[in-house]
Amino acid sequence: MTVYILCFALLLVGIYGVLTKRDLIKIILSLGIMGYAVNLMIILFAYKKGAGFAIMLRDGINTNMVDPLPQALILTSIVIELGITAMLVALAIRLFQKYKTFDITKIRRLSG
Amino acid sequence: MILPFLIIIPLLAAFLISLISGEKDNWAIVLSILAVISLLALAIFSFFTTGNKTFVYEMSGWKIPLTICLVQDALSSFMLVIVNLIALTSLMFSVTYIRQHDSPWKYYALFMLLITGMNGVIATGDIFNLYVFMEIALFAAYALVAFGGKAEEYEASFKYAAMGSISSTLILLGVGILYASTSTLTMANIAAELQTKNPMVMYWVAAIFMAGFGLKSAIMPFHAWLPDAHSSAPAPISSMLSGVLIKALGIYAIIRIFYNIFGAPQIFLTIFMVLGSISIIVASYLAMGQWDLKRLLAYSSISQIGFILLGLGIGTKLAILGAVFHILNHAIFKSLLFYNAGAVEMALGTRDLRKMGNLRGAMPVTSGTSMIASLSVAGLPPFNGFFSKLIIIIAAVQSNNIIYAIIAVIGSLLTLAYFMKVQRYGFNGENKITELNQSISLGMKSAMIILAVLCVVASILIIPGIREVTLNPVVSVIMNKTAYIQSVIGR
Repeated sequence: MTVYILCFALLLVGIYGVLTKRDLIKIILSLGIMGYAVNLMIILFAYKKGAGFAIMLRDGINTNMVDPLPQALILTSIVIELGITAMLVALAIRLFQKYKTFDITKIRRLSG
Repeated sequence: MILPFLIIIPLLAAFLISLISGEKDNWAIVLSILAVISLLALAIFSFFTTGNKTFVYEMSGWKIPLTICLVQDALSSFMLVIVNLIALTSLMFSVTYIRQHDSPWKYYALFMLLITGMNGVIATGDIFNLYVFMEIALFAAYALVAFGGKAEEYEASFKYAAMGSISSTLILLGVGILYASTSTLTMANIAAELQTKNPMVMYWVAAIFMAGFGLKSAIMPFHAWLPDAHSSAPAPISSMLSGVLIKALGIYAIIRIFYNIFGAPQIFLTIFMVLGSISIIVASYLAMGQWDLKRLLAYSSISQIGFILLGLGIGTKLAILGAVFHILNHAIFKSLLFYNAGAVEMALGTRDLRKMGNLRGAMPVTSGTSMIASLSVAGLPPFNGFFSKLIIIIAAVQSNNIIYAIIAVIGSLLTLAYFMKVQRYGFNGENKITELNQSISLGMKSAMIILAVLCVVASILIIPGIREVTLNPVVSVIMNKTAYIQSVIGR
């Protein structure tokens, strides 16, 4: 149970960073932390104490194994997050070229 | 089977466009228009052959709990028709519009990727696959919002991408919890498993999904990114985002998950009604204060999404009919209004209503179609918007939700007020405008005329004989809570 709570705390750290930080790069890093927290949580759902890897052995199937599907899901999700992070960093570079700052309180030409 | 082609064709077109395009965008235009025409033909064919049936496609020969499946029922083929119809007109509009920017072929490749994502979200029957296709569509959308390359566009795109990442992370968390409690990812199996589990699991996951998909569909407390993103994007992309993206990724996913998987728990229907009515009133009020035409239209989108959500929340058969019909109508008239805004921006170089003027002489097609679209969104007969709003209001009265009916009527009147403002200042104003910076091309005009005609023609879908074959199957997919499980698993 403790690991799930710690995982949720990591998610909250990410949300806190996104909501309160004023630097574009710190916001991107916080979004990354949120993503890691969720990935870690889904891996934990599949974890089973003392279980082995989920592949065929030479002398038959390993009967006590972890669930391999979440690991496949997380690989997909890591690739997606890589793409989104690259996109966000590219946008941050362009924003820096235009505004000469990473401070979001100074990047305010659009009125909310 | 049609459904795999609706994903393969645009993906292949995106790949080929980036492979063969050089400096000129001629091949990109030909390829993308061919792809979208074939998609629209396939979508219309699937809509008229589906009826009340459900077809399931299981990928690579595996059987259902193991495979990724695509599900084609009345709701998904209805949404596919809307997406591909708006995509076709949007491409017709883009041909000359997007030549203002550098390297237009990139635009077409990204556009095809956007359609791939939306078609995938609508077609899939697997909840993790829904997340993946949603990310594909959003990735293309972030890039397309920033396509113009101005400072404001990067700013809007960053805001959109940050909010989009938060909502995607929440949705992934919800998918993970669903998998942990049901050990399956196929939506129908999840729905069947959840009936035997503790309902608290469902409420927790539904709350997470409410926040995630609420951000995607820009319901009122989650709306902050929409006015920036939709007003900064190029006009044809604004129409794709406002017209179909928030419906495919937001409203469609909400319908699928809350109605077909969770079986429409009453507490969430109440939340839909409350959030919907807040969206209607507050967004209409905010729209009234705007002088930027595209920003006004973006706020108007939030308020019209509120009408759809209110209809879904009331949850009677009539209300769902109104909501489904309003999804189609809003896609048509909001796309048309964004084309009008794009045409005016191209011809006059401004989006400010105070700098526009009397355009009836100089731009007859644009001002004429904008009049039709304004009357339609404001809900005046005989245009399509009138019927869907009327149905939602009647359904609210019939189900004893008089307060919500009054809110819908007030929202409708406020909509009329701010579109009067658009017409009064923007298209029939005082300063006479005779010469234009750029003329409006034939493609742009025909895109506007097609949608203006559809604004009138779509009204016939409500006539009883036609309603039975078009809208009623969609409503029965949403209303029958166990039918989705039966039709996918128990074949």
